Amino acid sequence: MAEIVLDKVTKRYPDGALAVSEANIEIADGEFIILVGPSGCGKSTMLNMIAGLEDISDGELRIDGQRVNEKAPKDRDIAMVFQSYALYPHMSVRENMAFPLRLAKVDDATVRAKVDEAAEILDLTQHLDRKPANLSGGQRQRVAMGRAIVRSPKAFLMDEPLSNLDAKLRVQMRTSVSKLQKQLATTTVYVTHDQTEAMTLGDRVVVLRGGLVQQIGSPQFLYDNPANLFVAGFIGSPAMNFMPATLADGKVTSPLGDVTLTDRVRQLVEAANANRDVIMGVRPEHFEDARLIDDAARGGGVVFKSRVEVLESMGSDKYAYFNVDGRHIESQELAELAADAGTADAGETAMALVTRLSAASGASEGEELDIWFDADKVQLFDPESGRNLTYSG
Amino acid sequence: MAIQTAPDQDQWTRPSIWTRWGPKARWGLIDILVIAYAIIPVLWIVSLSFKTPSTLSDKSFIPNEWTWDNYINIFKTTDFIQALINSIGIALIATLIAVVLGTMAAYAIARLDFPGKRILVGVSLMIAMFPQVSLVSPLFDMERSLGLFDTWPGLILPYITFALPLAIYTLSAFFREIPWELEKAAKMDGATPGQAFRKVIAPLAAPGVFTTAILVFIFCWNDFLFAISLTSTNESRTVPAALQFFTGASYFEDPTGTTSAAAVIITIPIIIFVLFFQRRIVAGLTSGAVKG
Ligand SMILES: Nc1ncnc2c1ncn2[C@@H]1O[C@H](COP(=O)(O)OP(=O)(O)OP(=O)(O)O)[C@@H](O)[C@H]1O
Ligand SMILES: [Mg+2]
Repeated sequence: MAEIVLDKVTKRYPDGALAVSEANIEIADGEFIILVGPSGCGKSTMLNMIAGLEDISDGELRIDGQRVNEKAPKDRDIAMVFQSYALYPHMSVRENMAFPLRLAKVDDATVRAKVDEAAEILDLTQHLDRKPANLSGGQRQRVAMGRAIVRSPKAFLMDEPLSNLDAKLRVQMRTSVSKLQKQLATTTVYVTHDQTEAMTLGDRVVVLRGGLVQQIGSPQFLYDNPANLFVAGFIGSPAMNFMPATLADGKVTSPLGDVTLTDRVRQLVEAANANRDVIMGVRPEHFEDARLIDDAARGGGVVFKSRVEVLESMGSDKYAYFNVDGRHIESQELAELAADAGTADAGETAMALVTRLSAASGASEGEELDIWFDADKVQLFDPESGRNLTYSG
Repeated sequence: MAIQTAPDQDQWTRPSIWTRWGPKARWGLIDILVIAYAIIPVLWIVSLSFKTPSTLSDKSFIPNEWTWDNYINIFKTTDFIQALINSIGIALIATLIAVVLGTMAAYAIARLDFPGKRILVGVSLMIAMFPQVSLVSPLFDMERSLGLFDTWPGLILPYITFALPLAIYTLSAFFREIPWELEKAAKMDGATPGQAFRKVIAPLAAPGVFTTAILVFIFCWNDFLFAISLTSTNESRTVPAALQFFTGASYFEDPTGTTSAAAVIITIPIIIFVLFFQRRIVAGLTSGAVKG
């Protein structure tokens, strides 16, 4: 049980690489916090600094109000689950889980009792005498968790603990991690690359980019109110659609047509002192087949016509992809996001627009379709700084 | 076109001897050739060691007259027994020291970034490549003036010097195989660096340590150059050097039989050493540590 505070924590590697820059994060006792961001943004570095495996170059790390910068990992009373599990291959499952207790010189009877209890929780009882080499991926993962929970540490640190599992097992383990954390109510810092894990597991999410904290908040808040272009593009799957647009007199001229901003959005934009050139962002689920929208609601949005290029029917809803004319957006943040998602496409003139329509939609591939989107859900960003001009946090 | 391919087809339907035997037989044959190449000289020595002096040069592979005399003779003199004791003692001590030092150095090289690391690796590589024969006369002079000549330490020291690069290289390859994260995990579990090394790293490095021990032991055991140059009496003369000074039962007799018997005897400790440690060289000991 512990409160962890990062106060302007900075990490500079000996070769000069700045991995984490002035991170300020306050993690409450018992909180489940998620670190996300593209590869190389400093997630593992931050976790290793909390663990004590990496020195802190600058700033202060406090656990329960006490400065721990100089403390060795073993004196911080924190347990860590590694991406690779890092099980001791020469020890049985029981010995693996008992290892931290043995080092702490706990007596045999207590060790036995605690290991049995943890094995019970993690459903490992029948595997206790086996070696890690003879376990499945999911079982190894649970042994790694077991080794972390046996000694009831102040906090858990987990570095992409589920990324080595196959999709089905990952879903299963995700729920058990979540249950386990609630049951133990231990402060947890969890690094992930996975959208779903980020959205479903944590109380709060920290989005990192290039060593800088972009935004901290509950998953829903980040989704609804991204502070900038990067967070908007990173949170949400499929990602938000971005297109270049111009803003004048409360009206946005975009490749999807002219959008008259609602009063709420207009006030936000005015308060933000927006320039003429903006980037407009619309989430896929804010589009709908225009035929399914009644006339009263139609007025609150914009209707445009386009040809359905690809249609994916998921049963519960349909994903329709369109090509929309418009120039390519020059943005460092969007380029980074595309690189991380592996979709970096060089110099295409037509942009792909992703929409999520309800299952009742009559859309079919290759046909023209009237599509409506909600003008109140439109988000506008400054192309220079990436700042969200419609931010209402 | 069709007519031309007909003979080819016939060849395909009747596979050659090689393809019919299959890969197993082919590998078997190659194995036999390699083993024969390696073992025939050894068997020849064994055969010589059982021959009587008169049948020594009869060119028959299997002795016509079997005798234990050669073996009995070498153990009659104290020369051979003393040389055997020297060999075993010197090789074991040198191996122990080289492996302990090598383990520590290799661990540092594989794991730590310290100033002068590249130089250390470079120097040890240089030592390994240095022609030993060019060091013999300086060493001879140095050991004479230091009083190390013809003593156990006088041989142990150069053996350690030349075995260390070998030990460091083999061991650092093994250390690099051990996932870094295991050590981090041990630290997180509350281990001091010493405990992490003793309880996690050392058990996993054991196969590497034993492999290295075998290689170093064989190197020391087989050395002839230093043994002949840096010794002068039974005080410290090892078996490879002592073989030189063997005489037959009488001064004028051909010592081939006794030399062969001694050669057979000195291969036995190596075989025991290898068999003893081989059991501990369990391949794939680190499997299961990390996903993969
Ligand atoms: N030992 C090191 N020396 C120098 N630079 C390093 C070192 N370790 C990491 N870095 C750099 O620090 C940055 C952050 O690395 P880190 O491992 O924290 O990324 P990450 O967010 O965990 O990425 P991933 O999602 O791929 O695991 C990277 O740019 C990386 O190149
Ligand atoms: Mg990482």
